[in-house]
Amino acid sequence: MTHRIEVALKESVRDARGERIKREIGHFLHLPVDEVRTIDVYTVDATLTQEELQQAAAGPFSDPVIQEWSIDRPLGAGFDCAVEVGFRPGVTDNVGRTAREAVEYLTGRPFAAGEGVYYSVQFLLKGAFGVSDVERIATGLLCNTLIQRYSVLSAADFMARRGFSPLVPKVLGDIKAEVREIDLDVSDEELLRISKEGVLALTLEEMRIIQAHYREPQVVAERATVGLGACPTDVELECLAQTWSEHCKHKIFSGTVQYEDEHGNKQEIKSLFKSFIQRTTSDVRAKLGDGDFCLSVFKDNAGVIRFNDQQSLVFKVETHNSPSALDPYGGALTGIVGVNRDPFGTGQGARLIFNTDVFCFADPFYEKPLPARLLHPRRIYEGVVEGVEHGGNKSGIPTVNGSLVFDERFAGKPLVFCGTAGIMPLEINGTPGYEKSIQPGDLIVMTGGRIGKDGIHGATFSSEELNENSPVTAVQIGDPITQKRMFDFLIRARDKALYRFITDNGAGGLSSSVGEMAGECGGCRMDLAKAPLKYPGLNPWEILISEAQERMSLAVPPERIDEFLSMAARFGVEATVLGEFTDNGVFHVLYDGRTVAWLPMAFMHEGLPPMQLPAKWEPPRHAEPAVEIKGDYSDDLAALLSSLNICSKESVVRRYDHEVQGGSVVKPFSGVANDGPSDAAVVRPILDSFEGVVTAHGICPRYSDIDTYHMTANAIDEALRNYVAVGGSLGLVAGLDNFCWCDPVLSEKTPDGPYKMAQLVRSNQALYDICMDYNLPLISGKDSMKNDFYDGTTKISIPPTLLFSVIGKIEDARKAVTMDVKRPGDIVYLLGKTGDELGGSEYFALTGAIGNKVPQVDTGRAYRRYQAYHQAVMQGAVASCHDLSDGGLAVAAAESAFAGGYGISLDLSRVLWKGDVAGRSDATLLFSESASRHLVTVHPEKRDEFESVMSGNCFASIGVVTAEPMVTIAGLSSAPVVKAGLAELKEAWQKTLREL
Amino acid sequence: MKKTRAIVITGNGTNCEAEAAHACRLGGFDEAVIAHIAEILSGEIRLDDFHFLNLTGGFLDGDDLGSAKAQANRLKHAGVAGTGEKLVEQFGRFIAAGKLILGVCNGFQLMVKMGMLPGFDGDYLTQRTTLTFNDCGRFQDRWVYLKADAASPSVFTKGIGPGIYLPMRHGEGKFLCDDAATLERIEREHLAVLKYSGPDYAASTMEFPLNPNGAQHAIAGLCDPTGRVMGLMPHPEAFVHYTHHPRWTREELPEEGDGLKLFRNAAEYARKNLV
Repeated sequence: MTHRIEVALKESVRDARGERIKREIGHFLHLPVDEVRTIDVYTVDATLTQEELQQAAAGPFSDPVIQEWSIDRPLGAGFDCAVEVGFRPGVTDNVGRTAREAVEYLTGRPFAAGEGVYYSVQFLLKGAFGVSDVERIATGLLCNTLIQRYSVLSAADFMARRGFSPLVPKVLGDIKAEVREIDLDVSDEELLRISKEGVLALTLEEMRIIQAHYREPQVVAERATVGLGACPTDVELECLAQTWSEHCKHKIFSGTVQYEDEHGNKQEIKSLFKSFIQRTTSDVRAKLGDGDFCLSVFKDNAGVIRFNDQQSLVFKVETHNSPSALDPYGGALTGIVGVNRDPFGTGQGARLIFNTDVFCFADPFYEKPLPARLLHPRRIYEGVVEGVEHGGNKSGIPTVNGSLVFDERFAGKPLVFCGTAGIMPLEINGTPGYEKSIQPGDLIVMTGGRIGKDGIHGATFSSEELNENSPVTAVQIGDPITQKRMFDFLIRARDKALYRFITDNGAGGLSSSVGEMAGECGGCRMDLAKAPLKYPGLNPWEILISEAQERMSLAVPPERIDEFLSMAARFGVEATVLGEFTDNGVFHVLYDGRTVAWLPMAFMHEGLPPMQLPAKWEPPRHAEPAVEIKGDYSDDLAALLSSLNICSKESVVRRYDHEVQGGSVVKPFSGVANDGPSDAAVVRPILDSFEGVVTAHGICPRYSDIDTYHMTANAIDEALRNYVAVGGSLGLVAGLDNFCWCDPVLSEKTPDGPYKMAQLVRSNQALYDICMDYNLPLISGKDSMKNDFYDGTTKISIPPTLLFSVIGKIEDARKAVTMDVKRPGDIVYLLGKTGDELGGSEYFALTGAIGNKVPQVDTGRAYRRYQAYHQAVMQGAVASCHDLSDGGLAVAAAESAFAGGYGISLDLSRVLWKGDVAGRSDATLLFSESASRHLVTVHPEKRDEFESVMSGNCFASIGVVTAEPMVTIAGLSSAPVVKAGLAELKEAWQKTLREL
Repeated sequence: MKKTRAIVITGNGTNCEAEAAHACRLGGFDEAVIAHIAEILSGEIRLDDFHFLNLTGGFLDGDDLGSAKAQANRLKHAGVAGTGEKLVEQFGRFIAAGKLILGVCNGFQLMVKMGMLPGFDGDYLTQRTTLTFNDCGRFQDRWVYLKADAASPSVFTKGIGPGIYLPMRHGEGKFLCDDAATLERIEREHLAVLKYSGPDYAASTMEFPLNPNGAQHAIAGLCDPTGRVMGLMPHPEAFVHYTHHPRWTREELPEEGDGLKLFRNAAEYARKNLV
């Protein structure tokens, strides 16, 4: 009853997928391959007639114009070796799922329980290589053995065995519903063993708190009334581990820090989150007064601000680093579809309007040895880029803004930031759209995907460093279509008021989502046996904490449940009632009527004392490199343009749909050939209005090597100056902070914990200082604190990284400004002063140096200048504007020039200087990364208007746009120090990542 | 006067329904309804009540079996509740009634895979062409110049001039025919409405990235011999206002974008012939 349907391209048809694999085998593994052809294989494990099989093969499974098919007969021929790759049991198989649905439509009959279709791909390789080469190709490129399995056959074996035999990766298991009790009346050593072996990620202190709770006589007595003994069940322990995980509870950000600065001043900080992040927002809001536009901050899945009188904006940025390290494709795909659920599950639900992505990788051309278990940076790059491509594009959400940041230390863990914004009516069915509630008696409903073993221990696993034993089950593959169907249904259900509360099922699964919802009304009673499973054999604790994707949890009033369920059925969305919300103060979980967890809400959510964290700041001193005096810096400029952090990312960005939904105004690329790097994105979410949403970000982890205070200040400034550059209004802009740190908790594995913790404190100090001065309320954020790799010998910690994202508004998107110079004769202005601030710069990085003079942000001057510049934009006085960041003035000038297709001629002696004149040199003027600067061009007829609006601010006219396609920069001695053709500079900028 | 009515089908991965409906309204339709496929299969919304059917962009069923394959299968086999009819029969009736269908991107893929295009001899159910993986092996989002065939019967491209500039956003847009005869007939009857070209719209091109996918004869859009059923890979609904243009901050452009012309033509045709 198991059949293999093979689908191959006809001989004459080009196999683009095969060609790509062939190229990658050459690139990655340096193996000569003559040809790669591919065959799609559908293993059908279902009772179908021969005729039905033929209909499936000839119909939905194949394309008669370009493909041929066979049933139980191999199509492969003319190859030397065949590799077939399919999923391991239980891994999300989207193609298999769609194939199964197609067969069901065809036959008009649903599959029986246990029947299924499984997808795999056969690669037919032609070339002269040995068995070990094929193994390398299989494991190094075609197959991620964590989630996939592969088989290899030589041509001779293939003939002898008549191809591959059918393999059904079905999860086998009976309904066990086993609940274990765990005796915690044991030694400390044993407590730690229980935590470690169970991937609970609980510390000894936390285990002892749990131990103490179960010893309380009142607890024991109450448990007896529901039929539970004195020991915690595995369901309870797992639930507490999720709820108390660093990932969910943010213990470091809520811990008590003993901070000592470089002068020995000591300070106790009770919760960085409350002391800096929350305080920033409340103080900024107070400062804004009547101009306060925040609606919902920190309490929901995403932050909400006012957009206009009818609509609000919702924004959230998440990271998905640990899963992306193990399975870059699945991890990143899950990252993007996962963050989609945050704004969707905010308030009563938001329509999603754009995505943003920022990836931090090691050099994709890395050639040094790597510790075992770490994937090569190039595979991470390829996988992450493709995962986010599929997740974003298939969900129909434009990816409008992003970055790629490179540093060797990201080999230890890549950072995958994914953001999603939404728009939500201020009022939905007569109530504020950004608010929601639960009443006791409301039903607990889960919608979307089913529960499997995928994503078990995701929350706890990402709360530890990556190590060789990181669990396979933590990895999941997202399914954008199941999610899209669910969103299509839920947004309509929202408008019919069919539910009262909605939230996402992310980290921690039901234990988190229903656990948090129960906090809203004071309790719940949920029966896990009602939850729909992908396959039998899950224990109750697994059902409770599984992070299987594409699920939302809702509170549905009993009187609306029939309509809710019938509408879900019509839209092809699974929806299941799991229980009801209560107000008895207990998180009560049953399995088939039997109590398996009984946790007082107060203990779950408030039982944990704050962590104690030492922090000591000792400013690092790096060697101060001498800035080489040269007569000509053209080659340095070309080298900077080619460097990974500055070069064009077009080969990646073009793979992301940035225009779907029809509101694109400023795209990722600007200029005469549509290829200049835009500073920020502008979109119109309401198609019959010209109000625009502006989003931008800042990120500069290199500066952390000097001081995280200034890393943070510069990241915030970079985000705001990008935002301002395109025309974003300073009256309505909010920030999101995403911290990705290396473990800052002092321990045997982390002896430098106090330094890393001090870095975190300083970063938070800057966050408060800068946001206050810039009137930037923080509306949402996230921290990921364990971005290290440790295998017992090698430790790789990422540089402390803050991604600062901003979202705001431009009243009239038709006034937006792009970064490309517009016409010869336009005057070039540099706004802001330049100083001797090459510390942590890309220019120093060319020679491997760091230096010490990190750029310092002068917020007062910068803010006034940003305001004046915005006024100039609103008056239409600005032709182009580009922010200065990595590579400084020279890079910004070159980018603006080649984007616009005209030359630029600058005079360094006219650049405004700040600080000690001793440091003023051609090199610092060209490449210093001093903050808060913009390169602006203005039509000559607008000169007076521009200068009058800007008067009183630091700005200077430093040159002119030229018809001649050259970048010419005169040095302080008036001789040219840069003279280079646009074509060669653009080629230098474009070549690095073009082929990736 | 009776209303001209456009419908945009969504669900199962369609993504461009909002801007497609917006383009219909801007183009002159009195009404543009976004209908979830579930609302059509349940009989709540009837195709018969509309004049212009939009099958628009997205990733139907994730394009898991090849672009739009699963939806083509679904539409062929799914019945409409309470009618005893399959949805595909309603499509046939829609075409036979002289109404208009426009497929964009994933919608175009759906049409060729159902066999709705090129629709030789009134046969809208035999697949003769396909749209498959771009030669570059990647999804691409970039703007393309499309040379229009003035001799085409397409009602959508009447009077649009030498060509139009639109964004393409797909991974599977390479147009291929089943045999030389099909291609020859498409050319002879001027059914290849739009072809990838250079900025001067002078000649079609096979050169990447002007031709972003390696399509046979650079074909980007195709219509049936009646000219009322058409599909194209680039997105006309994504260029209806000058701010959509990638160079609007540096070029003098008319208020309306090139893509809107297709919807204006459709609305005008519906007004004159269908109400």
